[in-house]
Amino acid sequence: MKFGVVVFPGSNCEEDCFYVIKEILAQPAERIWHKQTALDNFDCIVLPGGFSYGDYLRTGAIARFSPIMKPLVDFAHKGGIVIGICNGFQILLESGLLPGAMLRNKELHFICKYVHIKTENINTLFTNLCSSSQVLKIPIAHNEGNYYIDEQGLKSLEKNRQIVFRYCSPKGEINKEFNPNGAIANIAGIVNKEGNILGMMPHPERSSEIELGSEDGRLIFKSILKWTESK
Amino acid sequence: MIEAEIYITLKKTVADPQGLTVKHALESLGYKEAEQVRMGKLITIRLNLKNKEEAEGKIDEMCRKLLANPIIEDYSFNIRCLPTDLQ
Repeated sequence: MKFGVVVFPGSNCEEDCFYVIKEILAQPAERIWHKQTALDNFDCIVLPGGFSYGDYLRTGAIARFSPIMKPLVDFAHKGGIVIGICNGFQILLESGLLPGAMLRNKELHFICKYVHIKTENINTLFTNLCSSSQVLKIPIAHNEGNYYIDEQGLKSLEKNRQIVFRYCSPKGEINKEFNPNGAIANIAGIVNKEGNILGMMPHPERSSEIELGSEDGRLIFKSILKWTESK
Repeated sequence: MIEAEIYITLKKTVADPQGLTVKHALESLGYKEAEQVRMGKLITIRLNLKNKEEAEGKIDEMCRKLLANPIIEDYSFNIRCLPTDLQ
């Protein structure tokens, strides 16, 4: 299974993603500079975290017009697997590949810490190795992770089971106390209706080895691999 | 030359944590009358155009495509022809 990791000016998690794919999944991976105008022979594209274009204007707002985004949108519309992590999620929102938008964290702080997220849907290609309602320990590191969508949009996300992860307590309780950034309905990650695009604020690539404090993140990468290999 | 001043604000239905924090700061300075604070962005753009209507069309397009995110933001703008000595 071949992975591509897109690198924008200001991306800073691409090496971590690359490392996890090569060393932990033992799969081929390529870095893709954002100026590239074609995406050939990839099975999964990762939009990594960072501060593309310095977060100027709005997070992800300028990166979405990078040349690579046109073939990426085509790839996604044809059912290609896309995972956007943190800034990658913000880019997916700005490009319209996922619904909603990001606001500044409620308390206006940059938050960098381990959080717990509850797996709300295990019937996705990104979570098929998780057990029902499994709580994952995965770190966040962002200033704009306060996910927003209007009431109708939220209903639609819920109805279509697009909410994949919600911030929760270590035991899996979902409430305001365990919502780090003010995200509506504690949303930490969503998929598109078709289920081939995932956006999430927590960083699974930073929690794929026990030496780093958690290996829960690897479940997401391994789920993608399992799904692709069983096709 | 035409200059546009574009104001981008969070929609009224969207919470504005920055504005709220500034409101608290004003209150702590004694400005109890500060009822509401909302933060936004001001962008100025100079255009090599002479026709105001054409400029309006272009600015509106720029706002929709890039400058504002319609999910969370509203925008408005003023347009004026710059006097020659300011160009």
